[in-house]
This record gives sequence, C-alpha cells and structure tokens, in this order.
Amino acid sequence: MVDVLSVVTDPLDPVSEGWAALVQEDRVHRSLYTEDRVFAEEMVKVFGQTWVYLAHESQLPEPNSFVTGKLGLRPIIITRDRKGTLHAVFNRCAHRAATVCREETGVAKSFQCPYHGWTFRNTGELVGAPWPGGYGDTFNKDELGLGKVTRVASYRGFIFGTLNESAPSLEDFLGQAKPWLDYWIDRAPKGEVIVRAGAHRMVYRGNWKLAYDNGGDGYHPSFSHRSLLEMASRLGDSKDMSYFGKTPDDGAMKIYSLGNGHSVIDQRPNFDGPGSIWANQRPQPGREHFEELIRARYPEDSDRLLDVSAGAQINLSIFPNLLIIGNQIQVIEPLSVDKTQLVWNATSIGGVPDEVNTMRMRTQEDFPAFGEPDDQANFEEVQRGLAVTEVEWILMNRGLNVDGWQTLDANGVVVSAVTDEIHMRSYFEEWLRLMEWTNR
Amino acid sequence: MTIRDIDYSDTSRWSHHVDVDFYADLEHFAELFTADWAVADVNASRSAEGFLAAEARLIDEARFNDWIELFTDDCLYWVPITPGGGDPRREVSHAFDDRRRLTDRVFWLRTGLAFSQIPQSRTRRVISNVEVLDDPGTGLRLVRSNFIVHEFRAGVGKTYPGWYAHVLAPHGDGWRIRLKQANLLDSEHGHENLTLVF
Repeated sequence: MVDVLSVVTDPLDPVSEGWAALVQEDRVHRSLYTEDRVFAEEMVKVFGQTWVYLAHESQLPEPNSFVTGKLGLRPIIITRDRKGTLHAVFNRCAHRAATVCREETGVAKSFQCPYHGWTFRNTGELVGAPWPGGYGDTFNKDELGLGKVTRVASYRGFIFGTLNESAPSLEDFLGQAKPWLDYWIDRAPKGEVIVRAGAHRMVYRGNWKLAYDNGGDGYHPSFSHRSLLEMASRLGDSKDMSYFGKTPDDGAMKIYSLGNGHSVIDQRPNFDGPGSIWANQRPQPGREHFEELIRARYPEDSDRLLDVSAGAQINLSIFPNLLIIGNQIQVIEPLSVDKTQLVWNATSIGGVPDEVNTMRMRTQEDFPAFGEPDDQANFEEVQRGLAVTEVEWILMNRGLNVDGWQTLDANGVVVSAVTDEIHMRSYFEEWLRLMEWTNR
Repeated sequence: MTIRDIDYSDTSRWSHHVDVDFYADLEHFAELFTADWAVADVNASRSAEGFLAAEARLIDEARFNDWIELFTDDCLYWVPITPGGGDPRREVSHAFDDRRRLTDRVFWLRTGLAFSQIPQSRTRRVISNVEVLDDPGTGLRLVRSNFIVHEFRAGVGKTYPGWYAHVLAPHGDGWRIRLKQANLLDSEHGHENLTLVF
C-alpha cells in the first residue's frame, strides 16, 4: 500500500530522487506526464539529444525549398540549399530572437528578419545587417548566423535532425525499424512517397507521451474503438481491426520491440494474400466504381493496386515523435506538458494511376474521423485521472515475466503477444537514457 | 455473386456513383460558389433561409436521423481541410461523406460508444449573409451563407466560424441537399475533437 500522507507531503521529486526512481521496470511515475519541469527537460534532451523526425523530402521538392517545423519547442526551418543539400536552422534571429520565417512552406534563398532586417542564407549564415557601421569594428558576421541543427540526415525521404554530435548515424539509430520502414515505403512502386495531400492536425489536452504509449498498444482497440467496430458492422461482417478483440494474445499478430525506443505492431498476419487488405478495408466513397475500373484496366496488377489504396496494416513507432499508421506519417508535436498536436500527414505515392491516390485520400479520412477522436478522448481522460496525486504510478507491466510471451528472433528483436506493453517499457528505457544525459 | 450483379441503388450501402463526374461536379460548383452573385428575389431568399434554419435545428437538437433524410441519394457532406475545398482527388478532408459514410457517421454518433461524444456535443448555430443563385439549366439552387457554430462539451465551450455552400436539388414541394460544404475559417489548422456535426 502507498503511504498516502508521506506521498502528499513528500512526493517523489525528479531532482532529488533522480530520473531512475521514476522509471521502474513495470511502472512509470505520474510526474512524467504532469510536471512542467519534466516537460521542459524533455524538450531539451529527448527532443535534442536523439534523432527527431523533422519533415519529408517531398515537402522540399526543389533547390531552395523550405518548410517550417519544430524540434521540441524550438521553431526551425528545414531547407534545401541551391545544390539540394538538406539543412535545418533555428527560426530565431541572431539579433533579438524574432522568427525570420513566418511562412509554412515556400522557396527562398535567404530569409530577412522582418523586425530589423538582418538577412540570413537558407544555410544559416548571416549575409548582413542594415547599417553595420553602428556595430563598430567588432561585428563578426561569422559568429552571428542562425543557430543550426547540427546534424541533419535523410533516410529514404524521412528527414531527421539532432543536436547531439555523438549520436549514432541515422541508420544505426533506426536500426531494426529500418526494414519495417522499407516495407512501408516500398508499397510505392519506386519508393516514391509524397506528402502534399493535406494533414489532419488533431490537438488533445494531454501529455505527448500518451500518443506514443498508444502507438504500439495492441490492447486498447477492442475497447477504445468500440464505436468504430460497431459502426463497421452496420453493413455485415467487417474484418478490419475486429481481430484485436478475438483473443489477440493467441493469434499470429505480434508486437516487435525494435530497440532505441522503436516498436511495431504487424497486423498483416490477419490478412491472407494479395487483395485481402483491400477486401477488408472499411468502405470508402467511390470504392465500387474504383474497383471495377482498376480490375478492368489492370487485370494483372489489380490486387496490388487495390491493396496500396488501403492501409499498410503496420503501426510503426519511431521514438520519440514519428508514428507510421495506415498510410499516414503521423508526427507528435508537444505543445505543453498537457497539450499536444498530432499531425496526420496524408500521403500519396508515385508510379500508380491517379485514381489510386484519390482512393488513398478517402481511406485516410476514415480513422481520423471515427477512430482517433475516441483515443484522444481517452488520452484527455488519462490526463484528468493523473491529477490524483495519491496514486502515483502508471502501469506498463502487461506481458512482463509472462511465460512463453517473449521470444528473440534471428535479428535480436524481442517478439511478443500484441497486447504486451513491452513497447512502453522499451521506450522508457531510451527515455531514461536521454534524460540522464548531462552537459554539465 | 460478381460485382456486376449487385444493385447499387441503395447508396446508404453502396457507393458506385462516386466517379469522375462526381468529382467534376464539385469542381464546377466550386467555380460557381467563388463568383459574385446578383441579389436574389425575396421569395427565393426567404425560402433558402428557412431551409437552412430548419436543417440547423435538426443538427442542434441532435436529430441526426431526421437530418440525414434532408440529403439526396447522391449527396456529399464535405468539411474540407484545404480552405475553400482544394482538390479532393488529391487531398484529404475532415469529412468527405457520401451517403454511405454519412449514414455511418450518424450510426457512429448514435452508438453511444464514441468516447469523443460522451458527453455529447451541445451545439447552437447562427447562420447569416444568405445568398441564393438558381441555376435554370439544372434546376439546382445554390445557397451561400456564413455560420458561427457554438459548441459546449465536457465543460469546454468552443466557437467555429466559417461559411456554408449548399447545393439544393428540387424534391416535391421542397428541396434536398445534394452538397453541403462547411468551410471552417481555420480548416487547415489544429482542432480539438472535431467530431461535432457542422
């Protein structure tokens, strides 16, 4: 039993207790979701000292393209220089801190600060300040560029950045997540994924980790998504997602703990062969006409084209902020300790008939409308529940020490039953490693 | 049964009619809705205002089964993300509901299991600046209006301003909704729990 009085008068304190006291093998402390100072440190360390997803290359289609974004709470600009090389710079004038770029996207060789006119190249260097004579002889342009995200790298179009000079290479960081990302990308015939189809920007009043907790959660669908499953049965048997409710722990569907905080749920074992993902997709507007057209025009290739018009059937979580769900590239944007924006970037793919991409749009409207809102309602209710100071712990012990659940595959990946909370245990291990980083 | 043998006429179940022409119509409507219109005569205006008010009341009283009966079989209830609509062939929307998905949406709202609607949104909307354009060629009536939807749910009040584009088709003595497009002022920005009906 928790000693209530001692808890109230002497709650676990991150500073005096150390982070390790708050992340135990089977549980994490509520303060990780509720305390401003924990959030402030996360924004520096978790969103700074490891690779963080920034943008997709298709959002920067030509030399000198830019797109604004965030690294934790830091406003940044992701750019291509005139040769096409990727950069990320802080959107913060070296002079008096105003953002220098206020557009979401565009093409620009340089950015002029609207406040006092300092001008910077899209690679960060200061071009000049108005009337430099006012700074005397000590004005050194070389020291007054926009701050840079020191390492920026792309894996097959997915751009990541980190401030940590000693972080492993991006490919090593992705590690065992790479083959899953490859599967997802290679659903496009030439691996061409395009993020230019709009995004659902869904805000909830809860901590950012609630979204990450949920990304690899195979336990919740048959409860949190009851409304969607009930709706899907309106027109008779619907297979999609209903398998989460049928003794999921005994089925072929697994969760893979991929290391570095990454995990994936593979739903594909519930489907049998080409055309099956399409056949079980909840019905989209225009589905019947589209299927006729594809089968008539591309008889040899129709199952593949139909399957890529529906979801990828994996949920790939890449710590800390990238969730690949269905055909969407979902990005977690922390706003404050108890407010988060999830950006569901819809994707198109190259090398397929236009009609396939239209159907992908209709597919990608389904879950943000009828699935995700119920999850986010539950995230908000978690945040409300966390106001109870006397009950301190969030459990993540499902599957821990259960005989026969976890096995090691040939790549050293831990595989377990889909409802195992191993995804949380493994990412909090990575979280702890990052939070214990010190520059002092 | 092969696909060819199916009778697609029940559009709450089938969506065979959403095809190239369906999207082309939306493009055509978008052109009309962005044009300047002459002031309509008082009878047409009054009739359109009355229709919008009656529709609004059904939504605000959560009479969704009655509301859906206002729509044609080939309807679209559309809440775009791209301001003004964009190109739905290439972009996602908050809602792009043909009759089947709209029936799903109403069914979903009424399951009593949608946690994002427990408690249910209370809404009350104000509609104004109503303009009417009758198309003698097709018999369709286009109605353009501004709205403010007030929502109260789970202790939180929100306000959604924007404009509606309605395409009405003649039906008996009255009208049915062929297209209802709700253009939110901040459609492409962040929203919390956008499960209310616009």
